[in-house]
Amino acid sequence: MLYLVLAIPLLGSVVLAFTGQHDGAREINVAFSLGTFLATCALTAEVISGGPLFAWNREFYIDPLNVFLLTLTAFVGLTTAIFSRPYMRVERDHGKMTPNRMRLYHSMYQLFNFTMLIALMTNNLGILWVAMEAATLTTVVLVSVYRTPASLEAAWKYFILCGVGIAQALFGTVLLYMAAEKVIGTEGGALLWTNLDAVKAQLDPGIITLAFAFLFIGYGTKVGLVPMHNWLPDAHAEGPTPVSAVLSGLLLNVAVYALLRCKVLTDGALQNPLAGQLMMGFGLLSVLVAAFFLSRQKDVKRMFAYSSIEHMGLITFAFGMGGPIANYAGLLHMSVHSLIKSGIFFAVGHATQKAGTQVMEDIRGLIKVSPTVGWGMMLGSLAILGMPPFGVFASEFLILTTAMREQPWATPFLLLALGVAFASVFSRVQPMVFGETSVKPLRHPPALIPVFVHLGLGLMLGLYIPPYLDAWYRHAARMIGG
Amino acid sequence: MMSELVGQLINLLAAILLMLSFAMISQRRILSLIHLFTAQGAILVAATLLVGYATHQPHLYVSAGITLVLKVILIPLLLHRVINRLDVRWDVETLINIPMTMIIGIALVIFAFNLALPISKLSVSIARGTLGIALACVLLSFMMMITRSKAVPQVIGFLSMENGLFFAATSATYGMPMVVELGIALDVLVGILILGVFMFHIREEFDSLDISHLEKLRED
Repeated sequence: MLYLVLAIPLLGSVVLAFTGQHDGAREINVAFSLGTFLATCALTAEVISGGPLFAWNREFYIDPLNVFLLTLTAFVGLTTAIFSRPYMRVERDHGKMTPNRMRLYHSMYQLFNFTMLIALMTNNLGILWVAMEAATLTTVVLVSVYRTPASLEAAWKYFILCGVGIAQALFGTVLLYMAAEKVIGTEGGALLWTNLDAVKAQLDPGIITLAFAFLFIGYGTKVGLVPMHNWLPDAHAEGPTPVSAVLSGLLLNVAVYALLRCKVLTDGALQNPLAGQLMMGFGLLSVLVAAFFLSRQKDVKRMFAYSSIEHMGLITFAFGMGGPIANYAGLLHMSVHSLIKSGIFFAVGHATQKAGTQVMEDIRGLIKVSPTVGWGMMLGSLAILGMPPFGVFASEFLILTTAMREQPWATPFLLLALGVAFASVFSRVQPMVFGETSVKPLRHPPALIPVFVHLGLGLMLGLYIPPYLDAWYRHAARMIGG
Repeated sequence: MMSELVGQLINLLAAILLMLSFAMISQRRILSLIHLFTAQGAILVAATLLVGYATHQPHLYVSAGITLVLKVILIPLLLHRVINRLDVRWDVETLINIPMTMIIGIALVIFAFNLALPISKLSVSIARGTLGIALACVLLSFMMMITRSKAVPQVIGFLSMENGLFFAATSATYGMPMVVELGIALDVLVGILILGVFMFHIREEFDSLDISHLEKLRED
């Protein structure tokens, strides 16, 4: 089953590399994503009934921490594929997507899903790095797919910044390997996370400190932590909207996951809270800086990209605090943010296509032309801003109460940032949704099921977390420890 | 006795690698940059072979072979083709203050040595003294990417950073596991292909390969 999860998207990218220019390619894309999703569901069932599992000489490892991210990744991959069907049809009619670009887009989309799944399932920290770099490469191609000056600029910046950042992570991995080799020996297995986890208390603290510093800069760049966040708004704003949705919904999550795996090892080796303090500091900085940048944005996709930085900062802060409750909140926040943010991008995608612009001042009165898109955007924005009863409220509430108890100094900053974010996003979205209209209807009906499925799941997680999911989160939160 | 000699040789190669990095940050001509990058790759191959010979790690021969094919033959060939097709072979970058970059570069090297000193002591590898040099090479290439405004030198900076990382892996740990090394090599190759294609698009859209033209997307 595990191999099937990887084989389907890989096969999909090969098939679509040859057929991606045809009209049916959009449906093939959905079909492959559906296949991946079903395979991950089966894999999840296997893990729930049989516990953590290894495969292929222990190179792959599925445990409670990555199995839920795996399902989430495959799910968002599927809904984004569904959303991209009508979206890409409109882009083709507008002449922005030629058949060649369509082929590139579809093939790279599947390949991106493949790299995400590999990064999640691998037990080998070296392969994790390789998969993250490959994910960067595929998304660079996806961001630049329109070939406009702005998208080329965004893609180049993205490549250079993330290339440099992730190179630091490779150096960190080398140092980690060096520390592990002394304990485990060179006979293979010194980069396998489970082996490292077993001997983490014996790893040399000096090397691990330096290794974590490099790993943190490296994967932190991909998480979009301030001050390494510069690539993120550009890449979100200039690429096609389905790409913005997967960047926010999947890539950032997987980068946080990489950081978590490294943090567990560092905590075990150091016996001091250095990793947590670094994560808290940079997390808080990201929340604050992103909240204030939010108020200065004119482009709708840029604004929601900054909101992603803010939420990633919040998640990093939560995991930095550590402990079962904060970790639980961090995991929950990862899930709801991923669902709701990609849902928002779906709605934003349809809205910008209808308005023919991404400038917020020129998008007015969505609710008159298309009530469903308007409501999707309004509800999505309220959800992401942490209004009850959506899931973001639950996780932010947990993070804030834990912060008050354990890190009281940080609470005023968090509240301030959340307040500023609320004011800036709400005051922008409100006139876009209501008011006199400036947008025209499109020929193709938008795909609204993904938007409302995502919002519905986000709502459900706010009101009621199913017991097995709850048990999962608890288990994973205990594993992260801290 | 023998291993001492090999150790000295590796240190010598590391020193050459560092000198090449300095030559790169102060080199204005694109063509010479590519030559320097090729030379760096060749030194890397020699160092990997030596470490492999001294420590009887046959998999290092394989990784030396990959480096030879990738960094001494394939990538320089690609870069030559790109600069020929783009007609930037004789381009000279004027906007760098060489004395200043040199001074910052020296500061970076001292910083790298200090950072690596406690760790080098712990390493059991024959080439442990070279970890500081590897880190210095990474930082110097990092600086090169920041100071250059043209696309090709930025890419060469990126590749030379990867060289530094590779050297760190060989000198500190006798190389990463084979799967990882193959994956990294694949990533680098695909990355350079994508960047090569990009340069043509950038040139088409901006009529120039000067990245400082790429400044439209700024915070306002």
